[in-house]
Amino acid sequence: MNQDSLGKALYALIRRDLLLAYRSRGEWLNPLVFFIIVASLFPLATSAEQQVLALLGPGVIWVAALLATLLSLDGLFRADYEDGSLEQWLLSPYPLPLIVLAKLCAHWLTTGLPLLIAAPVMAVLLRLPDTAIATLVATLALGTPVLSAIGSIGAALTVSLRRGGMLLALLILPLYAPALIFATMAIDAAIHGLQTTGHLLILGAMLVLSVMFAPLAAAAALRISLD
Amino acid sequence: MNELKAQDLECLRGDYLLFEALSVSLRAGEVLYVEGPNGAGKTTLLRMLAGLSLPEAGEVLWNGEPIRRCREQYNAELVYIGHQPGIKAGLSVRENLRLAPRLRGDIEAAVEHLGIGIKLDEPVHTLSAGQRRRVALCRLMLQPGALWILDEPYTALDRRGIEVVEALIAQHVAADGMVVLTSHQPPTLAGVDVRRVALGAA
Repeated sequence: MNQDSLGKALYALIRRDLLLAYRSRGEWLNPLVFFIIVASLFPLATSAEQQVLALLGPGVIWVAALLATLLSLDGLFRADYEDGSLEQWLLSPYPLPLIVLAKLCAHWLTTGLPLLIAAPVMAVLLRLPDTAIATLVATLALGTPVLSAIGSIGAALTVSLRRGGMLLALLILPLYAPALIFATMAIDAAIHGLQTTGHLLILGAMLVLSVMFAPLAAAAALRISLD
Repeated sequence: MNELKAQDLECLRGDYLLFEALSVSLRAGEVLYVEGPNGAGKTTLLRMLAGLSLPEAGEVLWNGEPIRRCREQYNAELVYIGHQPGIKAGLSVRENLRLAPRLRGDIEAAVEHLGIGIKLDEPVHTLSAGQRRRVALCRLMLQPGALWILDEPYTALDRRGIEVVEALIAQHVAADGMVVLTSHQPPTLAGVDVRRVALGAA
């Protein structure tokens, strides 16, 4: 095996997943629609006043993004598990963590990225001040890959369970708390005109750590799940 | 010369002992035919040999080395076709074969050889079970590897399909390949060294 064929295999995997996502739009549109519905119902259900919304807005957008990601995670390995493709990847001569990383890239491109693009519109709906929108997008850009990466561990552990969705949520929601806290703190700081660099740097550190270590943990979990 | 060896394998299913102290060995140019009734552990044994499942006790050796320790080399020589053939229903035949890992060779020729009436650009979800199985079996011609592990390769195939697969197996073995397979009808491989392992006989 050489570097060239490894790169080609990972590229082919990402391409395949994107092609499948394109063919079955429901799968990646679901989380996005969920995100948009939740975020747009809040001003209706609470109040359209800017003061109230500015207090709730960052939390609402982030909780909606987090739950939308959670919604998509159950399917991360499920289809590949059911049709036997996952076995084939486990038996390929390429390192399993890198294969998980490629799956994560495809997952983020189909769930995280649409959320990121929809977020500024949601921010306007929730009447977030203009100054905070850039920070919101920055926290989502750093934070949604963290959600995908940490979630992959839970998805790998529960892939062989028929109804793993609930267990998956219980397993990984506690691990999502730090990202949620720092992201919403950063947006709050931006709304109040304070420095956000510190919060964003911590989110960045979480991103680096989770992208480095989560694929290793998820790969080990996949081997256990398929035993 | 390649050699696959399993030493003293033990398999528990819950509290129930499927098999123990099972040793098999397979050398280049040989076929190992695993037979036994449903639930005897044929698939489990094949998954152990492929390295998907860990045996309760014992070890699987590839050229004298435990497969856990030489996974990269071992997997590079292994073609495994299990119950679930690893075919994506949402992709066409060509896309499936092109995007599967570690493929080389002429996809069109492989499909032509195996498939009666399979068109390359047909989406797989329109194909019958037997046709899907044929698409999966195309990997035998497209993935290089000395060791084939085939779990019920004849399922859903018609007589002509079985003949084609048996010819492929015979050809592979003649070229110093190795094949491990299970099936309910014993393979009719003329002039091929077939070893048998019977599970659940006791």
